[in-house]
Amino acid sequence: MVDEQKMLLNVKNLKQYFPIKGGILGRTVNYVKAVDDVSFTVYEGETVSIVGESGCGKSTTGRAILRLDEPTSGNVEFDGADLLSLNKKEMNRMRKHLQIIFQDPYASINPRHTVRQILTEAMEIQNVWPKEKRDEKVIELLETVGLGAHQADRFPHEFSGGQRQRIGIARALSVNPKLIIADEAVSALDVSIQAQVLNLLKKLQRELNLTYLFISHDLGVVRHISDRIIVMYLGKIVEIADKKSLFENPKHPYTKALLSAIPSTDVDNKKERILLKGDVPSPIDPPKGCRFHTRCPFATELCRTEVPELRSSSDTTSDHQVACHHAEAIESGSLQPVVSS
Amino acid sequence: MIQFTIRRILQTIPVLIGVSILVFSMMHLIPGDPAQIMAGESAPQEQVDNLRENLGLNDPLPVQYFRYISDVVQGDLGNSIRGGTEVVSEIGSRFWVTVELAFYSTVLAVFIGIIAGVISATRRNTFVDTGVMVLALFSLSMPNFWLGLMLIQWFSIGIDLPSWIPFLDNTSWFKPSGWGSFSQLVLPVITLGTGSAAIIARMTRSSMLDVIGQDYIRTARAKGVKERIVIYRHALKNALIPVVTVIGLQFGTLLGGAVLTETVFAINGMGRLIIDSISARDFPVVQGTILVIALLFVFVNLLVDIAYKLLNKRIDLD
Repeated sequence: MVDEQKMLLNVKNLKQYFPIKGGILGRTVNYVKAVDDVSFTVYEGETVSIVGESGCGKSTTGRAILRLDEPTSGNVEFDGADLLSLNKKEMNRMRKHLQIIFQDPYASINPRHTVRQILTEAMEIQNVWPKEKRDEKVIELLETVGLGAHQADRFPHEFSGGQRQRIGIARALSVNPKLIIADEAVSALDVSIQAQVLNLLKKLQRELNLTYLFISHDLGVVRHISDRIIVMYLGKIVEIADKKSLFENPKHPYTKALLSAIPSTDVDNKKERILLKGDVPSPIDPPKGCRFHTRCPFATELCRTEVPELRSSSDTTSDHQVACHHAEAIESGSLQPVVSS
Repeated sequence: MIQFTIRRILQTIPVLIGVSILVFSMMHLIPGDPAQIMAGESAPQEQVDNLRENLGLNDPLPVQYFRYISDVVQGDLGNSIRGGTEVVSEIGSRFWVTVELAFYSTVLAVFIGIIAGVISATRRNTFVDTGVMVLALFSLSMPNFWLGLMLIQWFSIGIDLPSWIPFLDNTSWFKPSGWGSFSQLVLPVITLGTGSAAIIARMTRSSMLDVIGQDYIRTARAKGVKERIVIYRHALKNALIPVVTVIGLQFGTLLGGAVLTETVFAINGMGRLIIDSISARDFPVVQGTILVIALLFVFVNLLVDIAYKLLNKRIDLD
């Protein structure tokens, strides 16, 4: 299904290094390698999720694609256009097609603007609807996200968290985007509201043919909404696969550990939890070789010296890619974990 | 809104009562017998006693206070000891001179302060930011009477500079004293406004930095809003709330600063009237002037509260 589709977003070798200033003269002494050489593709109409623990660079990737932070290097191709080579004005015009929903519905909308102002501002800037139709469009958008027309002239503080996130979604939709980056769009909400918002996003995707890049740390949410999943660890992609393949047949030891951490409601079928030792190393000075080797129970000498490339392993399709030297050996059982406890 | 304004006006009443008590007790707290001071050092005891009786100084303090306050409410601030003229007429035109001075200084301070603060905040940690903030700290640390004297020296009297310096050499661009014409206005307004401009600049900068770091600014950028509009429509409007409060308080500082500035520039305003009256021990005038200045300060802060409410539709002060 994926192969026939049109490529909408193609990210190549994206790097985002944040300088650390230090010393008396405030010179750059080092870099935080938040995103280090990340490449992936998003096809039109699908939902791709990026998962990983805090600080793995998933949100930074989203922001770098939109150039909310200027990426250090790399290539972002969107609908045939090279985003990073656009000047500010052209980029601002391009934003019509790429919108973002932020994590915190309390902080991400201007508290001094009414809902109407919030929604029309984007329309004005991007000039998407004729002036006289904008009011009508505001009402339509509010109804789309399940709010009422009578709420258009209220201020954000008059809404609940879930309602505010709907305003955020309506705002993102107001310019008719092709791609929406949802940066932890539901993680600030109650579980019951999460489900509502996720179902709304799914419904909108069907109706408006949207493409989502869904950034989340919540595997339950990701499982619910994604077509394909990207797993990141410390600024690098460790595994990319479609949802079914990833959840049923994870290849990377990190992905396995991550999946084993999903709480299960099935008492009879207790999974064994894979506990990782230690903490995530600092992205300022990431481990050489495979970034996961400091915590990986299977790590060998090869892992400490050589960076594994993202590749498809012998028993998976070409769509399932993993960055591990020993994916096959672990699968076949010929490489056993080093038990330390 | 009207309800809020009325409530806010009613809230000023206790403040005004407090101010009047303080001003009233000044006469009695200062060492020495007011009647003796009024009559003069060498006056005979009988005359002093007479005066004391006439002034009602033998009555209990509360009685005296109520007499004073009922006069004040009717617009009678007593008579000057020196000239015997009414204090109200002494203050008269001087009132507007001081108000003008403080007002122009506030306008200058707000104008420069907000622009400097925004420039500084949007170019955070650059050479420009550091430069503006060093300048602000410098202005803040400069005593305003000293700044006034220096300005007079440089721009009114003129200083001898080597001939290769193209201007500033023996300049006399502005008048060093008096009030009224534009050329008399420039130096005192700069003198008085500089310190406040620095405080407002620093406040604006930190408030702007706070707001620029907010998520909704990122939202605006993600919409494709032009950077200039992001700064003015989204950031500055939200950042101004604490700045407005500071502006109101600064107006009070400016009224106090006016005392020195008016002295340096020989401006005939309320500040100089206070100084002159203090040295002549003309208590009714000092009392009256301080009361008027306090009223003015309370009034300006009332305006600030109303402006606050208008600026910040979101917060209900009711």
